[in-house]
Amino acid sequence: MTDAGMTDAAMTEPGKGAALSCAGLSREFGAVRAVDGVDLTLPAGARHALIGPNGAGKSTIFRLLAGGLRPGAGRIWLDGADITRSSEARRARLGIGQTFQHSSLFLSMSAGDNIALAARRRLGRPWWPLPTSGRAERERADQLLAEVGLAGRAAAPVALLSHGERRQLELAVALASRPRVLLLDEPAAGLSPAESARLAALVGELPADVALLFVEHDLDLVFRLATRVTVMHLGRVLVSGTPAEVRGSAEVQAAYLGTGAREDLFTGRAT
Amino acid sequence: MIGRPGSAATTAAVAAAVVLALAAAPLVLAPYAVTVLTRILVFALLAMSLDLLVGITGLPSLGHGAYFGAGAYAAGWVTLHASPSGPVALLVALTAGGLVAAAAGCVAVRARGIFFLMLTLAIGEIVQQLAESWHEVTGGSNGLYGIPAARVGGAALVGDQAVHWWVLAVAATAAAGLWLLASSPFGHALRGIRDNEARMRALGYRVYGYKLAAFVVAGAVAGLAGGLLSAQQRLVTPAELGLGTSIPALLAVTIGGAGTLWGACVGAAVVVLVRDHLGASLGGHGSLLLGAVFVAVVYLLPGGAARALSMPRRRG
Repeated sequence: MTDAGMTDAAMTEPGKGAALSCAGLSREFGAVRAVDGVDLTLPAGARHALIGPNGAGKSTIFRLLAGGLRPGAGRIWLDGADITRSSEARRARLGIGQTFQHSSLFLSMSAGDNIALAARRRLGRPWWPLPTSGRAERERADQLLAEVGLAGRAAAPVALLSHGERRQLELAVALASRPRVLLLDEPAAGLSPAESARLAALVGELPADVALLFVEHDLDLVFRLATRVTVMHLGRVLVSGTPAEVRGSAEVQAAYLGTGAREDLFTGRAT
Repeated sequence: MIGRPGSAATTAAVAAAVVLALAAAPLVLAPYAVTVLTRILVFALLAMSLDLLVGITGLPSLGHGAYFGAGAYAAGWVTLHASPSGPVALLVALTAGGLVAAAAGCVAVRARGIFFLMLTLAIGEIVQQLAESWHEVTGGSNGLYGIPAARVGGAALVGDQAVHWWVLAVAATAAAGLWLLASSPFGHALRGIRDNEARMRALGYRVYGYKLAAFVVAGAVAGLAGGLLSAQQRLVTPAELGLGTSIPALLAVTIGGAGTLWGACVGAAVVVLVRDHLGASLGGHGSLLLGAVFVAVVYLLPGGAARALSMPRRRG
């Protein structure tokens, strides 16, 4: 493996010291090896970008890490505990938050209720069978809406929000449960440059101990936010290192830049 | 949901006015009309319990008659053989509906979409077969007949008025309970599951547990409605368990507008009036007429009566 993050110490004591890590992660769909022996290590506070052309297996890795999909092989640790067999809901309760490539919100509800639903799971008693004042959830929702740039929009029905606003709300919903590991799948997809800049500022303000792993096609954003970049190709890790190392990597140059397929890697949009 | 105390107060005021009007109805209506109204109340409670599943949790069930029937049989059997107490019979009915729903739900709730629909249908048919063949307890195809009048507070429930008030008191209480449940964090989570089950899981909700709880509560309230049926008709037959109950209940929810609870009550009134009364005057073509009404509602009032009636307030 070329992943420099997979140190010898981590080999002997898997997942030790990392917020989230995986080793030998693989998943096949029929004859296609969508993810093939991937090792990743995210220490607390990581700002780690996952890039690569369409079909590289980025979204599949996200689903494997978050628990929406079971790996064919390999193991996953969260704070040193093996979560390979844990359900998606359990992983969320343990501290993994995620947003999806395509908006995944509660469309019949207001923006505030979307966040309240996420916040209540964490604030307590989400199963309480009698009406409550819901004040704590509302306050948290208002605060998060302000943070993502949707101040005062708590009562707005999600169905009436613009695409950009939905992406912002998506992030607020993910943050509402105070995750320790945040997986963002193409957070800037379809955003205008101004919205994209706001998103970058927002991600920059995330709590320092939150480990962030994100898939993004906008390379400006990737190199602005990430302190570590992993390049994937056909389900495998091609290169993993600092943004400067990745930019200067001969392998990346050979695989993409030299062939004139720069668009595929750096500006192509997944569908 | 969260907030809008004004709308909650309005809802409570309208509900109180409706209950008062229903309570006063026996004083002005003819006895037969009172009986019809009582039957609508029983059916409305069944439809509301189904709306908790269909409209609020997003689980369309084709077997809800099974829990209604289980409650009706349990209440009838207890009144016949054990205790004439009305409250005891209803408690037993509630428990029976909930237990049968818990057993069925463990299996059904794991499935989704058309598979859930088919499983609930199959379970409903199994329960109906059981009612027809377990002669010693259910009386087979004759059902349970000659059920004595239930006793409430030392007096027997005889006469249409007394039965009406008993049914109204219980149905209104249960409806208020369902409304509180739907407005609670639990109800909010059920709507979340209806809107986006995958996202709920990603937020850490134990979706299976919530769905099963909703299924059991819906079954228990349907069982309670069955208990009221037994108190009113004093006759329980296998027909109460089958598709003959499940489908009209689903029609009532759809006609009324799924997800609002009160819409299901409006739908229940439409279904009972069209099928049993307008239909009777058309030479027994009630079901045909009901089908026509259903098609008309789906085309003309998508979202049902609830949506249409809320339109002036720009809700929905």
